[in-house]
Amino acid sequence: MNEHQHHDPGNITNPEHAEHHIVTPKTYGIVFITLLTFTGITVWAAFVNLGILNPMIALAIACTKAVIVILFFMHVFFQSKLIKMTVAAGFFTFLILVTMTLSDYISRAWGLW
Amino acid sequence: MDNVTVATETHAAHEEHHVSLPQHRHHFETPEQQREAGTFGMWLFLLTEIMFFGGLFFAYLLYRNWYNPAFVAASNQLNIPLGTTNTAVLITSGFFMALAVWAAEVRKKTFLVATLLLATIFGLVFLGVKYFEYKEKWEKHHIPGASFDISEFVNPPRDAKTGKPVEEPLSPDMAQKTQVFFSLYFAMTGMHALHMIIGVGLLLWLIPRAQRGDFTAGYVAPIENFALYWHFVDIVWIFLFPLLYLINRHPV
Repeated sequence: MNEHQHHDPGNITNPEHAEHHIVTPKTYGIVFITLLTFTGITVWAAFVNLGILNPMIALAIACTKAVIVILFFMHVFFQSKLIKMTVAAGFFTFLILVTMTLSDYISRAWGLW
Repeated sequence: MDNVTVATETHAAHEEHHVSLPQHRHHFETPEQQREAGTFGMWLFLLTEIMFFGGLFFAYLLYRNWYNPAFVAASNQLNIPLGTTNTAVLITSGFFMALAVWAAEVRKKTFLVATLLLATIFGLVFLGVKYFEYKEKWEKHHIPGASFDISEFVNPPRDAKTGKPVEEPLSPDMAQKTQVFFSLYFAMTGMHALHMIIGVGLLLWLIPRAQRGDFTAGYVAPIENFALYWHFVDIVWIFLFPLLYLINRHPV
């Protein structure tokens, strides 16, 4: 009986599988303070009249917060390439959904405005 | 023939060892491989959740463009101090959940149970604040349907000092469209709250298991994957809060 019939040595020798990173409370603390700070900034910015920039700034801060949560609270920063690719592919697919639907929406009444 | 027997016996012994550990089931080569497979599966589930909430966000984007004056007036009905408090409460809950993963990794049982309890309590505080926000909408007849009241949007209350309306008055037609905003508001925050309720339910199941020591002997996956879910629910709120509460304060 050959071991190779049952076990793929790549699964054992792949260094990405062997690595495991334990994120420390210190990192979590820094992330926590950063998220609270950004929450304060976004509320403050909402009361300053910046015209068209108001929603843009609010969304930029929300995206920044989301990326911080994904990378550190959700450990993606320390994960293998497989996990990073999975997460990126998901958001990319969502962007395609938005872009395609918006392009349809915008072009429906093309030239009629 | 002898060799085959020996190999099979060794293999069987090996398998038995696998089965005895929840962090290393027999169909995985190594605990690390099982862990990555679990994380991968959890992320695939979360991607379907992104699509689900993404659809709601997209509906919000389009209707906000169509009925902008109604969306601005209706959005300004929401209570920013309560929304800000809830954002901080939810981030705090997520912080304790992150600490819970660390506690499970370094096998500190008491700390793990404490952080899970704190994550639950802050989750319940969030839902409590949400209850009072919904209650106000109920009392003001701002829940879409037969008894929806547009009077506050057609005749906005006047500022005591200046005597001017606090909000741009809407035509009755446009004022009806505030119902679209409130429909989306209840659909989005309601689906978010439902996710919170499911999360709290799962926490109440995880806490006794953590107390029993299930997750502080090397089997971290349930805590880790639940934390991924809990942080995802945080992220949804991180987008809901500015889009529903904040971005309409200064209409262009």
